[in-house]
Amino acid sequence: MAEGDFWSGYALPLVAMVLEILAIVVPLLLVVAYATYAERKVLAAAQLRKGPNVVGPFGLLQPLADGLKLFMKETVIPSGANRVVFAAAPMLTFVLALIAWAVIPFDPGVVLSNINVGILYLFAISSLGVYGIIMAGWASNSKYAFLGALRSAAQMVSYEVSIGFVMVTVLLCAGSLNISDIVLAQRHLWYVIPLLPMAVVFFISGLAETNRSPFDLPEGESELVAGYFVEYSAMTFALFFLGEYANMILVSAMTSILFLGGWLAPFGVPPFTWVPGPIWFFLKIAFCFFCFLWVRATFPRFRYDQLMRLGWKVFLPLSLFWLVLTAAFLTAFGMLPT
Amino acid sequence: MIIQAVCFYVFAAVAVASGVMVISARNPVHSVLFLILAFFNAAALFVLLGAEFLAMILVIVYVGAVAVLFLFVVMMLDINFVELRHGFLQYLPIGALIGFILFAELVLVIGYWALAPNIASVLAAPLPATAQVTNTQALGDLLYTRYIYAFQASGIVLLIAMIGAIVLTLRARAGVRRQDSSAQVYRPRAASVEIVKIEVGKGV
Repeated sequence: MAEGDFWSGYALPLVAMVLEILAIVVPLLLVVAYATYAERKVLAAAQLRKGPNVVGPFGLLQPLADGLKLFMKETVIPSGANRVVFAAAPMLTFVLALIAWAVIPFDPGVVLSNINVGILYLFAISSLGVYGIIMAGWASNSKYAFLGALRSAAQMVSYEVSIGFVMVTVLLCAGSLNISDIVLAQRHLWYVIPLLPMAVVFFISGLAETNRSPFDLPEGESELVAGYFVEYSAMTFALFFLGEYANMILVSAMTSILFLGGWLAPFGVPPFTWVPGPIWFFLKIAFCFFCFLWVRATFPRFRYDQLMRLGWKVFLPLSLFWLVLTAAFLTAFGMLPT
Repeated sequence: MIIQAVCFYVFAAVAVASGVMVISARNPVHSVLFLILAFFNAAALFVLLGAEFLAMILVIVYVGAVAVLFLFVVMMLDINFVELRHGFLQYLPIGALIGFILFAELVLVIGYWALAPNIASVLAAPLPATAQVTNTQALGDLLYTRYIYAFQASGIVLLIAMIGAIVLTLRARAGVRRQDSSAQVYRPRAASVEIVKIEVGKGV
Protein backbone atom coordinates (compact mmCIF):
# COMPACT_ATOMS: atom_id res chain seq x y z
CA MET A 1 0.00 0.00 0.00
CA ALA A 2 1.31 3.42 -0.91
CA GLU A 3 1.88 5.95 1.82
CA GLY A 4 -0.57 8.41 0.24
CA ASP A 5 -3.31 5.80 0.46
CA PHE A 6 -2.81 5.47 4.16
CA TRP A 7 -3.07 9.22 4.75
CA SER A 8 -5.98 9.99 2.48
CA GLY A 9 -7.73 6.66 3.00
CA TYR A 10 -7.54 6.16 6.75
CA ALA A 11 -5.72 8.78 8.78
CA LEU A 12 -7.37 11.98 7.52
CA PRO A 13 -10.96 10.64 7.68
CA LEU A 14 -10.18 9.41 11.19
CA VAL A 15 -8.95 12.84 12.28
CA ALA A 16 -11.99 14.49 10.65
CA MET A 17 -14.28 12.04 12.45
CA VAL A 18 -12.68 12.75 15.82
CA LEU A 19 -13.05 16.50 15.23
CA GLU A 20 -16.73 16.05 14.27
CA ILE A 21 -17.36 14.02 17.41
CA LEU A 22 -15.70 16.71 19.54
CA ALA A 23 -17.77 19.37 17.79
CA ILE A 24 -20.90 17.58 19.03
CA VAL A 25 -19.76 16.38 22.46
CA VAL A 26 -18.13 19.57 23.79
CA PRO A 27 -21.15 21.86 23.18
CA LEU A 28 -23.40 19.07 24.45
CA LEU A 29 -21.51 18.83 27.74
CA LEU A 30 -21.64 22.60 28.10
CA VAL A 31 -25.40 22.52 27.53
CA VAL A 32 -25.73 19.67 30.05
CA ALA A 33 -23.83 21.69 32.65
CA TYR A 34 -26.07 24.68 32.11
CA ALA A 35 -29.16 22.45 32.10
CA THR A 36 -28.53 21.89 35.81
CA TYR A 37 -28.34 25.67 36.26
CA ALA A 38 -31.55 26.10 34.23
CA GLU A 39 -33.32 23.55 36.38
CA ARG A 40 -32.35 25.33 39.60
CA LYS A 41 -33.36 28.72 38.22
CA VAL A 42 -36.70 27.49 36.86
CA LEU A 43 -37.56 25.64 40.06
CA ALA A 44 -36.57 28.73 42.04
CA ALA A 45 -38.80 30.93 39.91
CA ALA A 46 -41.69 28.48 40.32
CA GLN A 47 -41.22 28.58 44.08
CA LEU A 48 -40.67 32.37 44.28
CA ARG A 49 -37.00 32.06 45.21
CA LYS A 50 -33.89 33.43 43.54
CA GLY A 51 -31.93 30.26 42.90
CA PRO A 52 -28.15 30.23 42.47
CA ASN A 53 -27.02 33.87 42.36
CA VAL A 54 -23.71 34.05 44.24
CA VAL A 55 -21.02 32.44 42.06
CA GLY A 56 -20.41 34.76 39.11
CA PRO A 57 -22.94 37.15 37.54
CA PHE A 58 -26.49 35.76 38.09
CA GLY A 59 -24.82 32.63 39.50
CA LEU A 60 -23.70 31.68 35.98
CA LEU A 61 -20.48 30.05 37.20
CA GLN A 62 -22.37 27.79 39.61
CA PRO A 63 -22.27 24.66 37.35
CA LEU A 64 -18.49 25.02 36.99
CA ALA A 65 -18.09 25.38 40.74
CA ASP A 66 -20.25 22.29 41.30
CA GLY A 67 -18.23 20.34 38.75
CA LEU A 68 -14.95 21.39 40.39
CA LYS A 69 -16.29 20.42 43.80
CA LEU A 70 -17.30 16.93 42.62
CA PHE A 71 -13.95 16.56 40.87
CA MET A 72 -12.01 17.33 44.06
CA LYS A 73 -13.97 14.92 46.25
CA GLU A 74 -12.91 11.42 47.17
CA THR A 75 -14.34 8.46 45.29
CA VAL A 76 -15.58 5.96 47.84
CA ILE A 77 -16.07 2.35 46.82
CA PRO A 78 -17.99 0.38 49.46
CA SER A 79 -16.11 -2.68 50.72
CA GLY A 80 -18.98 -5.03 49.90
CA ALA A 81 -19.35 -3.71 46.35
CA ASN A 82 -18.54 -5.58 43.17
CA ARG A 83 -15.75 -3.21 42.14
CA VAL A 84 -15.68 -3.73 38.37
CA VAL A 85 -19.44 -3.49 37.85
CA PHE A 86 -19.62 -0.64 40.39
CA ALA A 87 -17.13 1.42 38.39
CA ALA A 88 -18.55 0.41 34.99
CA ALA A 89 -22.15 1.43 35.73
CA PRO A 90 -21.72 5.25 35.78
CA MET A 91 -19.43 5.14 32.75
CA LEU A 92 -22.04 3.12 30.86
CA THR A 93 -24.80 5.58 31.77
CA PHE A 94 -22.73 8.54 30.65
CA VAL A 95 -21.46 6.98 27.42
CA LEU A 96 -24.94 5.83 26.40
CA ALA A 97 -26.27 9.33 26.96
CA LEU A 98 -23.58 10.70 24.62
CA ILE A 99 -23.47 8.16 21.76
CA ALA A 100 -27.16 8.62 20.98
CA TRP A 101 -26.27 12.05 19.56
CA ALA A 102 -24.41 10.42 16.69
CA VAL A 103 -27.61 10.18 14.65
CA ILE A 104 -29.31 13.46 15.63
CA PRO A 105 -29.44 15.83 12.63
CA PHE A 106 -28.97 19.54 13.41
CA ASP A 107 -29.61 20.83 9.89
CA PRO A 108 -30.01 19.23 6.44
CA GLY A 109 -26.93 17.01 6.14
CA VAL A 110 -25.39 18.18 9.42
CA VAL A 111 -25.31 14.83 11.19
CA LEU A 112 -22.43 12.67 12.32
CA SER A 113 -23.83 9.45 10.89
CA ASN A 114 -26.88 9.51 8.65
CA ILE A 115 -27.89 5.85 9.01
CA ASN A 116 -30.97 4.20 7.51
CA VAL A 117 -32.30 2.94 10.83
CA GLY A 118 -31.58 6.06 12.87
CA ILE A 119 -34.79 6.02 14.87
CA LEU A 120 -34.30 2.36 15.78
CA TYR A 121 -30.77 3.23 16.89
CA LEU A 122 -32.14 5.91 19.19
CA PHE A 123 -34.73 3.50 20.55
CA ALA A 124 -32.05 0.85 21.14
CA ILE A 125 -29.77 3.29 22.96
CA SER A 126 -32.55 4.62 25.15
CA SER A 127 -33.59 1.07 26.04
CA LEU A 128 -30.00 0.33 27.09
CA GLY A 129 -30.03 3.15 29.63
CA VAL A 130 -31.57 0.82 32.19
CA TYR A 131 -28.34 -1.20 32.39
CA GLY A 132 -26.35 1.56 34.03
CA ILE A 133 -29.00 1.84 36.72
CA ILE A 134 -29.56 -1.85 37.34
CA MET A 135 -25.81 -2.56 37.39
CA ALA A 136 -25.25 0.30 39.84
CA GLY A 137 -28.02 -0.97 42.09
CA TRP A 138 -26.75 -4.51 42.14
CA ALA A 139 -23.03 -3.73 42.42
CA SER A 140 -23.54 -1.35 45.37
CA ASN A 141 -24.61 -4.31 47.51
CA SER A 142 -27.01 -2.07 49.38
CA LYS A 143 -30.75 -2.53 49.95
CA TYR A 144 -31.76 1.02 49.02
CA ALA A 145 -29.73 0.98 45.83
CA PHE A 146 -31.07 -2.44 44.86
CA LEU A 147 -34.70 -1.47 45.45
CA GLY A 148 -34.19 1.68 43.39
CA ALA A 149 -32.65 -0.32 40.56
CA LEU A 150 -35.50 -2.84 40.53
CA ARG A 151 -38.10 -0.09 40.45
CA SER A 152 -36.26 1.62 37.64
CA ALA A 153 -35.87 -1.54 35.55
CA ALA A 154 -39.57 -2.39 35.78
CA GLN A 155 -40.56 1.20 35.05
CA MET A 156 -38.30 1.70 32.04
CA VAL A 157 -39.24 -1.61 30.44
CA SER A 158 -42.95 -0.78 30.87
CA TYR A 159 -42.80 2.66 29.31
CA GLU A 160 -40.52 1.59 26.46
CA VAL A 161 -43.43 -0.37 25.03
CA SER A 162 -45.61 2.67 24.52
CA ILE A 163 -42.63 4.72 23.29
CA GLY A 164 -42.12 2.01 20.66
CA PHE A 165 -45.74 2.23 19.51
CA VAL A 166 -45.58 6.02 19.32
CA MET A 167 -42.46 5.78 17.17
CA VAL A 168 -44.15 3.26 14.87
CA THR A 169 -47.09 5.67 14.45
CA VAL A 170 -44.70 8.43 13.40
CA LEU A 171 -42.86 6.02 11.07
CA LEU A 172 -46.16 5.13 9.40
CA CYS A 173 -46.72 8.80 8.59
CA ALA A 174 -43.14 9.49 7.54
CA GLY A 175 -42.47 6.24 5.68
CA SER A 176 -38.81 6.09 6.67
CA LEU A 177 -36.60 5.06 9.57
CA ASN A 178 -34.04 7.72 8.67
CA ILE A 179 -34.23 10.67 11.08
CA SER A 180 -33.51 13.33 8.44
CA ASP A 181 -36.31 11.91 6.28
CA ILE A 182 -38.69 11.98 9.27
CA VAL A 183 -37.91 15.66 9.79
CA LEU A 184 -38.30 16.47 6.09
CA ALA A 185 -41.64 14.64 6.00
CA GLN A 186 -42.93 17.32 8.40
CA ARG A 187 -42.22 20.17 5.95
CA HIS A 188 -45.90 20.96 5.50
CA LEU A 189 -47.33 19.88 8.84
CA TRP A 190 -45.62 19.08 12.11
CA TYR A 191 -46.77 15.75 13.46
CA VAL A 192 -47.73 17.32 16.76
CA ILE A 193 -50.96 18.52 15.10
CA PRO A 194 -52.36 15.28 13.63
CA LEU A 195 -50.75 13.08 16.31
CA LEU A 196 -51.26 15.27 19.38
CA PRO A 197 -52.32 12.43 21.75
CA MET A 198 -49.25 10.46 20.69
CA ALA A 199 -47.01 13.46 21.35
CA VAL A 200 -48.39 13.71 24.88
CA VAL A 201 -47.96 9.97 25.46
CA PHE A 202 -44.41 10.19 24.14
CA PHE A 203 -43.49 13.09 26.39
CA ILE A 204 -44.96 11.49 29.53
CA SER A 205 -43.30 8.18 28.70
CA GLY A 206 -40.09 10.15 28.22
CA LEU A 207 -40.46 11.45 31.76
CA ALA A 208 -40.77 7.87 33.00
CA GLU A 209 -37.91 6.68 30.81
CA THR A 210 -35.52 9.27 32.23
CA ASN A 211 -36.72 8.64 35.81
CA ARG A 212 -37.83 12.23 36.16
CA SER A 213 -40.48 13.68 38.39
CA PRO A 214 -43.35 12.71 38.77
CA PHE A 215 -41.98 9.23 37.99
CA ASP A 216 -38.75 9.56 39.99
CA LEU A 217 -39.52 6.59 42.23
CA PRO A 218 -36.14 4.92 41.53
CA GLU A 219 -34.51 7.77 43.43
CA GLY A 220 -37.44 8.59 45.71
CA GLU A 221 -35.53 10.37 48.44
CA SER A 222 -38.25 10.01 51.07
CA GLU A 223 -38.13 6.22 51.06
CA LEU A 224 -34.91 5.17 49.27
CA VAL A 225 -32.50 7.98 50.26
CA ALA A 226 -31.24 8.45 46.70
CA GLY A 227 -32.12 5.13 45.07
CA TYR A 228 -29.64 3.43 42.80
CA PHE A 229 -26.79 5.92 43.23
CA VAL A 230 -26.93 6.16 47.02
CA GLU A 231 -23.43 4.63 47.36
CA TYR A 232 -21.81 6.78 44.68
CA SER A 233 -19.67 9.80 45.40
CA ALA A 234 -17.51 12.36 43.61
CA MET A 235 -16.98 11.79 39.87
CA THR A 236 -18.91 8.50 39.74
CA PHE A 237 -21.91 10.40 41.08
CA ALA A 238 -21.22 13.26 38.66
CA LEU A 239 -21.33 10.85 35.73
CA PHE A 240 -24.79 9.62 36.77
CA PHE A 241 -25.91 13.20 37.24
CA LEU A 242 -24.61 14.35 33.85
CA GLY A 243 -26.02 11.20 32.23
CA GLU A 244 -29.47 11.94 33.62
CA TYR A 245 -29.44 15.50 32.27
CA ALA A 246 -28.01 14.41 28.92
CA ASN A 247 -30.83 11.86 28.70
CA MET A 248 -33.40 14.56 29.41
CA ILE A 249 -31.95 16.69 26.63
CA LEU A 250 -31.95 13.64 24.38
CA VAL A 251 -35.64 12.93 25.03
CA SER A 252 -36.34 16.62 24.37
CA ALA A 253 -34.46 16.33 21.08
CA MET A 254 -36.38 13.16 20.18
CA THR A 255 -39.69 14.91 20.90
CA SER A 256 -38.57 17.83 18.72
CA ILE A 257 -37.58 15.51 15.88
CA LEU A 258 -40.61 13.25 15.96
CA PHE A 259 -43.31 15.84 16.58
CA LEU A 260 -42.00 19.40 16.33
CA GLY A 261 -40.25 19.21 12.98
CA GLY A 262 -36.61 19.11 14.12
CA TRP A 263 -34.65 21.93 12.53
CA LEU A 264 -37.57 23.18 10.40
CA ALA A 265 -38.94 26.67 10.91
CA PRO A 266 -42.59 26.84 12.09
CA PHE A 267 -43.71 28.37 8.79
CA GLY A 268 -41.75 28.13 5.57
CA VAL A 269 -41.94 31.90 4.91
CA PRO A 270 -39.14 34.50 5.08
CA PRO A 271 -39.12 35.98 8.58
CA PHE A 272 -38.95 32.46 10.02
CA THR A 273 -36.61 30.94 7.45
CA TRP A 274 -33.98 33.64 8.09
CA VAL A 275 -33.23 31.98 11.43
CA PRO A 276 -30.84 29.06 10.81
CA GLY A 277 -32.06 25.50 11.43
CA PRO A 278 -29.84 24.61 14.39
CA ILE A 279 -31.24 27.59 16.32
CA TRP A 280 -34.82 26.43 15.74
CA PHE A 281 -33.77 22.96 16.84
CA PHE A 282 -32.13 24.37 19.97
CA LEU A 283 -35.23 26.45 20.79
CA LYS A 284 -37.49 23.41 20.44
CA ILE A 285 -35.21 21.33 22.66
CA ALA A 286 -35.17 24.16 25.19
CA PHE A 287 -38.98 24.30 25.18
CA CYS A 288 -39.31 20.53 25.77
CA PHE A 289 -36.64 20.71 28.48
CA PHE A 290 -38.55 23.55 30.14
CA CYS A 291 -41.63 21.31 30.15
CA PHE A 292 -39.59 18.68 32.04
CA LEU A 293 -38.78 21.27 34.71
CA TRP A 294 -42.31 22.67 34.70
CA VAL A 295 -43.71 19.19 35.39
CA ARG A 296 -41.21 18.73 38.19
CA ALA A 297 -42.23 22.01 39.81
CA THR A 298 -45.93 21.20 39.51
CA PHE A 299 -46.80 17.56 40.16
CA PRO A 300 -46.39 15.31 43.20
CA ARG A 301 -44.78 11.90 42.79
CA PHE A 302 -46.83 8.95 41.57
CA ARG A 303 -47.42 5.89 43.67
CA TYR A 304 -45.76 2.83 42.15
CA ASP A 305 -48.94 0.87 41.40
CA GLN A 306 -50.43 3.98 39.78
CA LEU A 307 -47.30 4.30 37.65
CA MET A 308 -47.66 0.73 36.41
CA ARG A 309 -51.38 1.19 35.85
CA LEU A 310 -50.75 4.30 33.75
CA GLY A 311 -48.11 2.54 31.66
CA TRP A 312 -49.86 -0.75 30.98
CA LYS A 313 -53.57 0.01 31.23
CA VAL A 314 -53.74 3.53 29.81
CA PHE A 315 -50.79 4.32 27.55
CA LEU A 316 -50.36 0.89 25.98
CA PRO A 317 -54.02 0.49 24.83
CA LEU A 318 -54.17 4.15 23.80
CA SER A 319 -51.01 4.04 21.69
CA LEU A 320 -52.00 0.69 20.18
CA PHE A 321 -55.44 2.05 19.27
CA TRP A 322 -53.96 5.22 17.79
CA LEU A 323 -51.48 3.16 15.77
CA VAL A 324 -54.29 1.08 14.21
CA LEU A 325 -56.35 4.24 13.66
CA THR A 326 -53.45 5.99 11.92
CA ALA A 327 -52.77 2.97 9.72
CA ALA A 328 -56.47 2.66 8.83
CA PHE A 329 -56.74 6.38 8.07
CA LEU A 330 -53.65 6.43 5.87
CA THR A 331 -54.78 3.32 3.98
CA ALA A 332 -58.39 4.46 3.54
CA PHE A 333 -57.41 7.84 2.10
CA GLY A 334 -54.47 6.53 0.11
CA MET A 335 -52.03 8.73 2.00
CA LEU A 336 -49.47 6.04 2.80
CA PRO A 337 -45.97 7.32 2.01
CA THR A 338 -44.18 5.22 -0.55
CA MET B 1 -11.58 -3.82 3.11
CA ILE B 2 -8.80 -4.42 5.65
CA ILE B 3 -10.68 -2.46 8.30
CA GLN B 4 -13.78 -4.54 7.66
CA ALA B 5 -11.82 -7.77 8.05
CA VAL B 6 -10.20 -6.53 11.26
CA CYS B 7 -13.60 -5.51 12.61
CA PHE B 8 -15.06 -8.90 11.75
CA TYR B 9 -12.32 -10.80 13.54
CA VAL B 10 -12.47 -8.53 16.59
CA PHE B 11 -16.24 -8.79 16.93
CA ALA B 12 -16.29 -12.52 16.22
CA ALA B 13 -13.49 -13.20 18.71
CA VAL B 14 -15.15 -11.13 21.43
CA ALA B 15 -18.49 -12.82 20.74
CA VAL B 16 -16.98 -16.29 21.09
CA ALA B 17 -14.94 -15.32 24.14
CA SER B 18 -17.93 -13.80 25.91
CA GLY B 19 -19.96 -16.88 25.01
CA VAL B 20 -17.34 -18.97 26.79
CA MET B 21 -17.43 -16.60 29.75
CA VAL B 22 -21.23 -16.95 29.98
CA ILE B 23 -20.89 -20.62 30.91
CA SER B 24 -17.64 -20.36 32.86
CA ALA B 25 -18.18 -17.23 34.99
CA ARG B 26 -18.71 -18.06 38.67
CA ASN B 27 -21.16 -15.25 39.33
CA PRO B 28 -24.49 -15.65 37.45
CA VAL B 29 -24.88 -11.87 37.13
CA HIS B 30 -21.51 -11.73 35.37
CA SER B 31 -22.77 -14.51 33.10
CA VAL B 32 -25.75 -12.41 32.06
CA LEU B 33 -23.53 -9.36 31.49
CA PHE B 34 -21.27 -11.44 29.24
CA LEU B 35 -24.36 -12.71 27.43
CA ILE B 36 -25.27 -9.07 26.74
CA LEU B 37 -21.76 -8.48 25.40
CA ALA B 38 -22.21 -11.49 23.11
CA PHE B 39 -25.52 -10.03 21.83
CA PHE B 40 -23.78 -6.75 21.09
CA ASN B 41 -21.07 -8.42 19.07
CA ALA B 42 -23.66 -10.43 17.15
CA ALA B 43 -25.41 -7.13 16.36
CA ALA B 44 -22.09 -5.67 15.18
CA LEU B 45 -21.61 -8.67 12.89
CA PHE B 46 -25.07 -8.02 11.43
CA VAL B 47 -24.04 -4.43 10.75
CA LEU B 48 -20.92 -5.67 8.96
CA LEU B 49 -23.18 -7.86 6.80
CA GLY B 50 -25.24 -4.79 5.88
CA ALA B 51 -28.29 -6.00 7.84
CA GLU B 52 -28.63 -2.93 10.04
CA PHE B 53 -32.35 -3.48 10.71
CA LEU B 54 -31.70 -6.93 12.18
CA ALA B 55 -28.82 -5.54 14.24
CA MET B 56 -31.00 -2.85 15.79
CA ILE B 57 -33.88 -5.25 16.43
CA LEU B 58 -31.44 -7.65 18.09
CA VAL B 59 -30.27 -4.90 20.43
CA ILE B 60 -33.79 -3.59 21.13
CA VAL B 61 -35.47 -6.95 21.71
CA TYR B 62 -32.77 -9.09 23.25
CA VAL B 63 -30.56 -6.58 25.04
CA GLY B 64 -33.15 -3.92 25.78
CA ALA B 65 -36.00 -6.14 26.94
CA VAL B 66 -35.23 -9.86 27.32
CA ALA B 67 -31.82 -9.54 28.97
CA VAL B 68 -33.07 -6.83 31.35
CA LEU B 69 -35.75 -9.14 32.70
CA PHE B 70 -33.24 -11.98 32.75
CA LEU B 71 -30.82 -9.88 34.78
CA PHE B 72 -33.70 -8.84 36.99
CA VAL B 73 -34.52 -12.47 37.82
CA VAL B 74 -30.90 -13.58 38.25
CA MET B 75 -30.21 -10.72 40.66
CA MET B 76 -33.27 -11.60 42.75
CA LEU B 77 -32.38 -15.29 42.99
CA ASP B 78 -30.23 -16.40 45.86
CA ILE B 79 -28.13 -18.98 44.09
CA ASN B 80 -25.90 -21.37 45.96
CA PHE B 81 -22.75 -21.63 43.86
CA VAL B 82 -21.37 -24.74 45.54
CA GLU B 83 -24.56 -26.65 44.88
CA LEU B 84 -24.56 -25.40 41.31
CA ARG B 85 -21.04 -26.78 40.77
CA HIS B 86 -22.09 -30.05 42.33
CA GLY B 87 -24.68 -30.81 39.65
CA PHE B 88 -22.33 -29.84 36.83
CA LEU B 89 -21.09 -33.36 36.02
CA GLN B 90 -24.54 -34.85 36.44
CA TYR B 91 -26.04 -32.67 33.72
CA LEU B 92 -22.99 -32.74 31.46
CA PRO B 93 -24.15 -35.70 29.27
CA ILE B 94 -27.56 -34.15 28.57
CA GLY B 95 -26.03 -30.76 27.84
CA ALA B 96 -23.43 -32.30 25.58
CA LEU B 97 -26.12 -34.25 23.73
CA ILE B 98 -28.21 -31.14 23.10
CA GLY B 99 -25.12 -29.25 22.01
CA PHE B 100 -24.17 -32.05 19.64
CA ILE B 101 -27.67 -32.17 18.10
CA LEU B 102 -27.65 -28.41 17.51
CA PHE B 103 -24.16 -28.60 16.02
CA ALA B 104 -25.19 -31.45 13.72
CA GLU B 105 -28.21 -29.48 12.53
CA LEU B 106 -26.01 -26.48 11.82
CA VAL B 107 -23.61 -28.64 9.84
CA LEU B 108 -26.51 -30.14 7.88
CA VAL B 109 -27.94 -26.74 7.00
CA ILE B 110 -24.61 -25.28 5.94
CA GLY B 111 -23.68 -28.48 4.10
CA TYR B 112 -26.96 -28.33 2.20
CA TRP B 113 -26.15 -24.84 0.95
CA ALA B 114 -22.64 -25.85 0.02
CA LEU B 115 -23.65 -29.04 -1.80
CA ALA B 116 -26.46 -27.52 -3.83
CA PRO B 117 -25.64 -23.86 -4.57
CA ASN B 118 -28.87 -23.34 -6.54
CA ILE B 119 -30.97 -24.32 -3.50
CA ALA B 120 -31.06 -20.65 -2.51
CA SER B 121 -33.09 -19.72 -5.56
CA VAL B 122 -35.60 -22.51 -4.82
CA LEU B 123 -36.11 -21.67 -1.17
CA ALA B 124 -36.15 -17.90 -0.98
CA ALA B 125 -38.08 -15.35 -2.92
CA PRO B 126 -35.80 -13.20 -5.08
CA LEU B 127 -34.53 -10.25 -3.08
CA PRO B 128 -33.92 -6.89 -4.72
CA ALA B 129 -30.38 -5.56 -4.56
CA THR B 130 -29.56 -3.75 -1.35
CA ALA B 131 -28.63 -0.65 -3.32
CA GLN B 132 -32.23 -0.22 -4.49
CA VAL B 133 -34.20 -0.68 -1.27
CA THR B 134 -33.21 -0.58 2.39
CA ASN B 135 -33.17 -3.94 4.09
CA THR B 136 -36.05 -2.84 6.31
CA GLN B 137 -38.20 -2.57 3.20
CA ALA B 138 -36.91 -5.82 1.73
CA LEU B 139 -37.68 -7.71 4.96
CA GLY B 140 -41.13 -6.17 5.21
CA ASP B 141 -41.94 -7.06 1.61
CA LEU B 142 -41.08 -10.70 2.23
CA LEU B 143 -42.52 -11.03 5.71
CA TYR B 144 -45.91 -9.48 5.03
CA THR B 145 -46.56 -11.06 1.64
CA ARG B 146 -44.86 -14.39 1.06
CA TYR B 147 -44.45 -15.49 4.67
CA ILE B 148 -47.55 -13.86 6.15
CA TYR B 149 -48.98 -17.15 7.48
CA ALA B 150 -45.74 -18.19 9.15
CA PHE B 151 -45.47 -14.68 10.59
CA GLN B 152 -49.02 -14.75 11.98
CA ALA B 153 -48.52 -18.26 13.33
CA SER B 154 -45.41 -17.22 15.25
CA GLY B 155 -47.37 -14.28 16.63
CA ILE B 156 -50.07 -16.66 17.88
CA VAL B 157 -47.44 -18.90 19.48
CA LEU B 158 -46.11 -15.89 21.38
CA LEU B 159 -49.62 -14.84 22.38
CA ILE B 160 -50.34 -18.31 23.76
CA ALA B 161 -47.05 -18.29 25.67
CA MET B 162 -47.97 -14.91 27.15
CA ILE B 163 -51.44 -16.08 28.21
CA GLY B 164 -49.88 -19.22 29.68
CA ALA B 165 -47.44 -17.18 31.76
CA ILE B 166 -50.27 -14.96 33.03
CA VAL B 167 -52.45 -17.95 33.92
CA LEU B 168 -49.58 -19.63 35.76
CA THR B 169 -48.70 -16.58 37.87
CA LEU B 170 -52.17 -15.16 38.45
CA ARG B 171 -53.49 -15.84 41.90
CA ALA B 172 -56.80 -14.51 43.08
CA ARG B 173 -56.49 -13.63 46.74
CA ALA B 174 -59.44 -12.80 48.87
CA GLY B 175 -59.50 -9.58 50.81
CA VAL B 176 -57.32 -7.51 48.45
CA ARG B 177 -58.51 -3.93 48.23
CA ARG B 178 -57.82 -2.39 44.84
CA GLN B 179 -57.95 1.24 43.91
CA ASP B 180 -60.88 2.08 41.67
CA SER B 181 -60.05 5.47 40.18
CA SER B 182 -63.39 6.05 38.48
CA ALA B 183 -65.27 5.26 41.68
CA GLN B 184 -63.08 7.80 43.48
CA VAL B 185 -63.56 10.46 40.84
CA TYR B 186 -67.32 10.03 40.50
CA ARG B 187 -68.00 9.85 44.23
CA PRO B 188 -70.65 12.45 45.06
CA ARG B 189 -70.07 15.01 47.74
CA ALA B 190 -72.91 13.65 49.85
CA ALA B 191 -71.13 10.28 50.15
CA SER B 192 -68.00 11.71 51.71
CA VAL B 193 -68.74 15.03 53.42
CA GLU B 194 -71.31 15.63 56.10
CA ILE B 195 -72.01 19.09 57.47
CA VAL B 196 -72.87 19.05 61.13
CA LYS B 197 -74.10 22.04 63.06
CA ILE B 198 -72.55 21.92 66.51
CA GLU B 199 -73.91 23.93 69.33
CA VAL B 200 -71.41 25.86 71.39
CA GLY B 201 -70.26 24.04 74.50
CA LYS B 202 -71.76 20.65 73.57
CA GLY B 203 -69.27 18.99 71.25
CA VAL B 204 -70.12 16.32 68.71
